[in-house]
Amino acid sequence: MGAALEIRNLHVSVEDQPILRGVDLIVKQGEVHALMGPNGSGKSTLANTLMGHPAYEITAGQIIFDGVDVIELEPDERSRMGLFMAFQYPVAIPGVTVANFLRNAINARRKEENPEDKGIPIPAFRKLMIEKMDMLQMDHSFGGRYLNDGFSGGEKKRAEILQMAVLEPKIAIMDETDSGLDIDALRIVSEGVNRLSGPELGVLVITHYQRILNYIKPQFVHIMLDGRIVESGGPDLALHLEEQGYDWLREKQNGNGER
Amino acid sequence: MATRRRVAREFTAPPLTRADVESLSERYNEPDWLREMRLSAWDLYESLPMPTTQDEPWRRTDYRHIDWDSAGSLLAPNGGKFEDVPAENRQPLLGQEQGGLLAFVDDQPVHHEVHASLAQQGVIFTDLRTAAREHPELVQKHLMTHAVKAEDGKFAALNAALWTHGVFLYVPRGKAVELPVHSIFYTTRPGATLGHLLVVVDEGAQIDYLHENLSLSFDDHASFVGVTELIVGRDANLRFVNLQDWGRSMFEFSHQRARVDANGQLDWVTGQMGGKLIKAFMEIDLDGAGSWGRMSGLYFPDRQQFMDLDTQQNHNAPHTTSDLLFKGVLKDQARSVWQGMIKALPGAQKTDGFQANRNMLLGRKARADSIPGLEIQADDVRCTHAAAVGQIEEEMLYYLMSRGIPRHEAEKLVVDGFFVPVLDRIPFENVRDRMMAYVERKLLGEL
Repeated sequence: MGAALEIRNLHVSVEDQPILRGVDLIVKQGEVHALMGPNGSGKSTLANTLMGHPAYEITAGQIIFDGVDVIELEPDERSRMGLFMAFQYPVAIPGVTVANFLRNAINARRKEENPEDKGIPIPAFRKLMIEKMDMLQMDHSFGGRYLNDGFSGGEKKRAEILQMAVLEPKIAIMDETDSGLDIDALRIVSEGVNRLSGPELGVLVITHYQRILNYIKPQFVHIMLDGRIVESGGPDLALHLEEQGYDWLREKQNGNGER
Repeated sequence: MATRRRVAREFTAPPLTRADVESLSERYNEPDWLREMRLSAWDLYESLPMPTTQDEPWRRTDYRHIDWDSAGSLLAPNGGKFEDVPAENRQPLLGQEQGGLLAFVDDQPVHHEVHASLAQQGVIFTDLRTAAREHPELVQKHLMTHAVKAEDGKFAALNAALWTHGVFLYVPRGKAVELPVHSIFYTTRPGATLGHLLVVVDEGAQIDYLHENLSLSFDDHASFVGVTELIVGRDANLRFVNLQDWGRSMFEFSHQRARVDANGQLDWVTGQMGGKLIKAFMEIDLDGAGSWGRMSGLYFPDRQQFMDLDTQQNHNAPHTTSDLLFKGVLKDQARSVWQGMIKALPGAQKTDGFQANRNMLLGRKARADSIPGLEIQADDVRCTHAAAVGQIEEEMLYYLMSRGIPRHEAEKLVVDGFFVPVLDRIPFENVRDRMMAYVERKLLGEL
């Protein structure tokens, strides 16, 4: 049985301000979900809460990943369990090369499995990097550059996908991966995600726009408003949203509220 | 109301005397000129007050807790051996080869080797006392005459009077030395050592030189009063790396100064890791037109360590370029001060001076003071500076942790990356690796 990410009645505050107000969602390995919503609806808060950002305070609810409640776990522990988040704004780490960083990330996993592990041998690591960079049509010099330092928007997002390819997560959250990308970059990044997709990977694509869903085809679409998922459905829902905007959902919400 | 009595500790001098100078000079049967030089420096030393926090360059450096009874007594030779020096420091700098290695345990030379190719080129690389005997004209010409001078301060005068050991490196005119040279001062006991480095790279010559200050860990206080003099001739080129990894009870007071003649180049890197209290004045004088000087520093104090690095870039001639980058990481309750000054004399037109100091704090109790300064008397110059102090960025750690890297390893990556621009300026790979290892042990609290 595959791993699942189960979010149950999740309430989250940032600086005592409630942002998420009861989110329920299940993403299983092999599934592709899209989470859409306007700015400020709580999408990025959800992504960062799932990954374990210290600034987000969980006031109620559970996050069950692969059968374990991960709320008390640090981001690195969640990552080693197989959770991944592609950042909306990847952070530059000057002086640390992409290759060195990824070797550290791989070795942290190996060390968890076997505390005596001496780390991935350099030739094996080099081979892995080249294989993944080729798959994503990336220049091999990429590994020698400082992580996200001076990267263009497209390069940053591609570096995120490279990390995902190397780390082989069970569930990946793509936080607004399409933001700031031109159409070519969007296509390349989406193709990368599609190549990684399969029965071993569950994906939650968080997005503001429908456009990335032309490339990454979700089976499930959810819509978030004001810190709750207010509508779930199939791919049609995204198209409907594209035509109608969010207003019909707001009205529907208000209608419910008045009754 | 009860009155609380405060014990007012004084800025006291070490319990050294003129007789110490005389007996030191006598013990080594030093030439008259040297003994006289020492004695006149002693008179100067005695006439100067101990620096206090009332003196501007010492304002932030309070050394009143030093126990001079222990730290101020000269060591008697006790048969230290080269093998006492840690093996990793004894290794050759590049693969199996190096131009020379000169090692001291406490104040005694214990190892001296010079590669045949250097001897052939006429390079002198020996201990300063031997040099004073064998090459008196060269040593006399340069020893505390135009780089550091006895009158530069109380501790400069003390070193001039009582230097216990030293290195003399001389590269003759036009000789480009390929293999780097290396010297080590290794202190094994509490007490006072006063080390001196005198480097003269003559016109058109070039060399790479690494010096290391190390000590064992012991509880009682020790002091190192140091002077470093770097003299770079016309069209000459010196790359100098100075690493310090003292034990935790060492107080260092040092004056270090370079003079660079026309079109000469000096690339100077310092790494500061150990010690209890470090007060170092580091100065570059660009004396000749077209000269170039770069100063790079990294420092990483933790626990109660205190480091005060005072740098000065003096543009004394036109078309000179200086570039300074000092980067510090501070952990626990450590404290650092960097105070930097760029000066340009009235005639120093078309000069370009730059200084940057960046500090990363690992914790709320660490503190770094960063004080840049410019004093420009020429009107056609470009002088700029940048200074920054901030906590390690949580967003960086979160990002790295989100890829499975545990927090302490994420910190190490961020710190290593922070130091990379300075580490990249160290021309010896195994020294870079050693610096990274120091950094790691510091982060883990293992030192």
